Amino acid sequence: MHPWVGAGPDDRRHLLDELGLDSLERLFATIPQEVCVDRVDLPPGQDEDTVRRALAAVADRNLTLSSRPSFLGAGVYRHIQPSVVDAVLSRSEFFTSYTPYQPEISQGTLQVIFEFQTLICQLTGCEVANASLYDGATSVVEAVLFAHRVLRGKRNRVLLAETVHPVYRSVLATYAGAVGLELVVVPPGSDGRTDPGRLRDEQACCVVVQSPSFTGVVEDLPAIAEAAHASGALAVQVVAEAVSLGILAGGGAFGFDAVCGEAQSFGVAPGFGGPHLGFFACAEKNVRQMPGRLAGETVDADGRRAFCLTLSTREQHIRRAKATSNICTNQGLMALAATVWLEALGGSGLRDLARSCLARAHELRRRIAGLGGGWRLAYPAAPTFNEFLVEGPGGGDELARRLADDGVLAGLPSRRWGGTWPDGLLIAVTECNRAADLDALVAAMKRLS
Amino acid sequence: MSVPNDLSYTRSHEWARVEGDLVVVGITHYAQDQLGEVVYVELPEVGLGANAGEELGTLESVKAVAEFLSPVAGEVVEVNERLAEEPNLVNEDPYGDGWLVKISGALEEDELLDAEAYKELLAEESH
Amino acid sequence: MRRRALRDEPPFFELNPRRTVRQGHLLPPLDVPDLDPAAVLPQSLLRAPVEDFPDLGEHEVVQHFHRLSQLNYAVDEGLYPLGSCTMKYNPRINERTARLAGFADLHPLQPDDQVQGALALMWELEQALKAVTGMAGVTLQPAAGAHGELTGILMIRKALEARGDARSIVLVPDSAHGTNPATASFAGYEAVEIPSAVDGTVDLAALAELMNERVAAVMLTVPNTLGVFEHRILEISELVHRRGGFLYLDGANLNAFVGRALVGRMGADAMHINLHKTFSTPHGGGGPGAGPVAVSEALLPHLPVPRVVREGDRFRMVWHDPNSVGAMRGYAGSFLILVRAMTYIRSLGAEGLRELSDVAVLYANLIRHRLRGAYHLKYDAPSLHEVVFDDSVQATRDVHNIDIAKRLLDYGFHPPTMSFPLIVHGALMIEPTESPSPEEVGAFCDAMLEIAREVERDPLLVKSAPHDTPVRRIDEVRAARALKVRWQPEQG
Repeated sequence: MHPWVGAGPDDRRHLLDELGLDSLERLFATIPQEVCVDRVDLPPGQDEDTVRRALAAVADRNLTLSSRPSFLGAGVYRHIQPSVVDAVLSRSEFFTSYTPYQPEISQGTLQVIFEFQTLICQLTGCEVANASLYDGATSVVEAVLFAHRVLRGKRNRVLLAETVHPVYRSVLATYAGAVGLELVVVPPGSDGRTDPGRLRDEQACCVVVQSPSFTGVVEDLPAIAEAAHASGALAVQVVAEAVSLGILAGGGAFGFDAVCGEAQSFGVAPGFGGPHLGFFACAEKNVRQMPGRLAGETVDADGRRAFCLTLSTREQHIRRAKATSNICTNQGLMALAATVWLEALGGSGLRDLARSCLARAHELRRRIAGLGGGWRLAYPAAPTFNEFLVEGPGGGDELARRLADDGVLAGLPSRRWGGTWPDGLLIAVTECNRAADLDALVAAMKRLS
Repeated sequence: MSVPNDLSYTRSHEWARVEGDLVVVGITHYAQDQLGEVVYVELPEVGLGANAGEELGTLESVKAVAEFLSPVAGEVVEVNERLAEEPNLVNEDPYGDGWLVKISGALEEDELLDAEAYKELLAEESH
Repeated sequence: MRRRALRDEPPFFELNPRRTVRQGHLLPPLDVPDLDPAAVLPQSLLRAPVEDFPDLGEHEVVQHFHRLSQLNYAVDEGLYPLGSCTMKYNPRINERTARLAGFADLHPLQPDDQVQGALALMWELEQALKAVTGMAGVTLQPAAGAHGELTGILMIRKALEARGDARSIVLVPDSAHGTNPATASFAGYEAVEIPSAVDGTVDLAALAELMNERVAAVMLTVPNTLGVFEHRILEISELVHRRGGFLYLDGANLNAFVGRALVGRMGADAMHINLHKTFSTPHGGGGPGAGPVAVSEALLPHLPVPRVVREGDRFRMVWHDPNSVGAMRGYAGSFLILVRAMTYIRSLGAEGLRELSDVAVLYANLIRHRLRGAYHLKYDAPSLHEVVFDDSVQATRDVHNIDIAKRLLDYGFHPPTMSFPLIVHGALMIEPTESPSPEEVGAFCDAMLEIAREVERDPLLVKSAPHDTPVRRIDEVRAARALKVRWQPEQG
């Protein structure tokens, strides 16, 4: 018998006796024989030590980011991981509990969600934030559907900056097709920024920009919000590198109607793509159109402060066919990771961390700009945070491959999914990239020129 | 369950009362009791035209959402603005301060239930 | 719940009230020249310091979360018999394998040749889920069960479009979980209810009447939300396919027959599999889940991208495919959840999986047997991994399922599911899973029986519960009427 099954053979016999049954098979009599098998086609089970060794061997076939100087970003970032984060995540009171539908025995989870919502509000400049969404890509889908609902379904077009992450755009295209929304993609100008003048459309329910953008460029958010509102559309900011919010103001401060994106940077491992942490924030007046779970403060029968899920009637288990969304389960454990990470750093720590990323990125930018040999910045005049686009002696694919052969994960080929921007390398720098990493990359680039 | 004699009722538990040229609409004592404490009322925009039986808005409690339907054909001329801040009025005074909308239109008595018929409906539903 | 926090733990924002300088986490040393943000970024876009974002010492942070953790109930505390949620033990080895650097420290956009181990693991999990379901293919992409449903229904829509057959309706039983109609509606279909027969299964005659050439798919849960197996599943699937529709099976209740029966043989075209239910990945306080979808031959061309393909002994990620339904979320799946599920399947193997459904069903029937004198069982048909009682006996004393649930908290147990199935008024849907000991299941039954006696003896005691929890009954009406969803400093 297996240790994860609670009743042994004797136990099972006793329980069957109590039920007056002579065999377990009797309990399954309602399943037609035609659909049953004696044994599914899987190998026999194994003990813990064997399984762990085997999986460690599989893991060893991968090249980890920490094993090389790595500058891969493009929406998934490597940041420091204080030990307290995993220590808290490993507490079974958190990771083996479920959605806090019974608030009396879930105050821990509920207060964490409330703190997470507050932190997201503080950073995005918005009034309300939900308990999290699947990931950055689906948060953009949710933001667009939100805007469509706020305008009562009267406008079916979406103006989408091309510099919104291509993976997010491809996911949005899947859902837009399903619900009948038209996507109009607006390419960036030659300076890498999205021209607010091209974001006016009386048919659009929303204007969606990412800042810092896929190519790392910080957009002119106040002008973009103004352009969107001039034609009656909602303004949506996508944030893929949440650490940028340590020094850049969130769109809420400039009148953006929704700020959404990916908060993997806050203490969540890159993990080959997931689980990550989508977030969503908006103005309080539109809270009833907001997707996802929400924790609120209230009191218990003794009048003491307590928390519970609220406005649940927007959700599918009550609203059924009229729910605001069905892709909005939260990522509770990831939201916990982000909350612990942010609180461990503190307000000053987050700012200092963001400044550290900025300083390292700009140091690298400066050195690449002076490198010669075919290397140059794609957008030398554009404001950037910790990521920027570089052109070199060859296409992005070739550059990435040759630099990897030279021992450096130099960045993402920028035209992997097409795009009107130059074909080069998208380079991200975080506090994990020490000066020695920068030296290694610059040296390898020099060898290529 | 209170069922005032001077009102007309629908099978979906709205009431209607003639007030001059207008018809005042709310939900019944029974309906608010079934729904539980109302936390939010979504009211239509003034000017909305509706046929009898069409959805005008929704009422939310903590655990449920209910639509309310128009008992008559006509145009919404006024909504109860107080409910934005005091949704509990629907529970506390469903036939008075907890009214929902006023509609310009005439009551078609044949289509609606009188108090006796509505009481019978409630008796059936409680079985 | 037998434990209380020693004192209230204030929200983070009220800690370090004088906002003194304290050292949070130490950052790596700045070994490049420092840079003033205003030198390279427009001043107008920079943020002012965030107000009320205090700095704390590390011990203070750990204490904050430790104290909060003490207010939570969890699977490791005691029986968590939420019906249809399969709250089983989360094996610790899963947590170790998912934290291996060779899995956690990978970027989803690394070239295929750098991540052959990760791709191999995903491919292996696909094969394992095909074996468990008897289906032709699997996507690992969906992030949760409802997301899997949507993925499945959109694949069905794509398949219908490909054959030029526009359909407008999805049929869903009245016993279904709310996500089913929500999914159908989101995908642009009208959700129409199929009534239940007296035994709680689908009314076949009613289905035959509803099943016409406008119906794209029928969504069924097997066993259904009453724990009752659709014993006429083969007739149903034959009917659905004969009229050109697709059969979607909701895999939320796979724990009832995993290792014993194959949905492929039931005629399913798609079924989502909740890895956080049947395959033991943690619920995490509400996510992350994972909802892979297994599909029949008919839907194979439409699986989402990106997906893994095998070419000899190498693996490759495919990002584009014109026949695909498209990308449903970023990247190929919640990979670290997939690692946990693969760890679980390797550990159990074919025999272990069958053993788990055996004991899960045995426990559920034990609970059914022990409680049936005290609680009413509306549908008496034989049930598998869960059992649905209702509160109609207790309601005569004005005690309802919510009160019974709250009283269970005092006895140290999580309550059953109550919000559905809608066809059972005052439902108490109980699913014990296979992992607890027989004594733990017995103690739960004893608590339920004692509560039934309390209802006779002292109904007010039950109605005013809970009495022994970290906080008492919560004012949810106030939370919704006076919305307070972020911390703000006291005024004045």
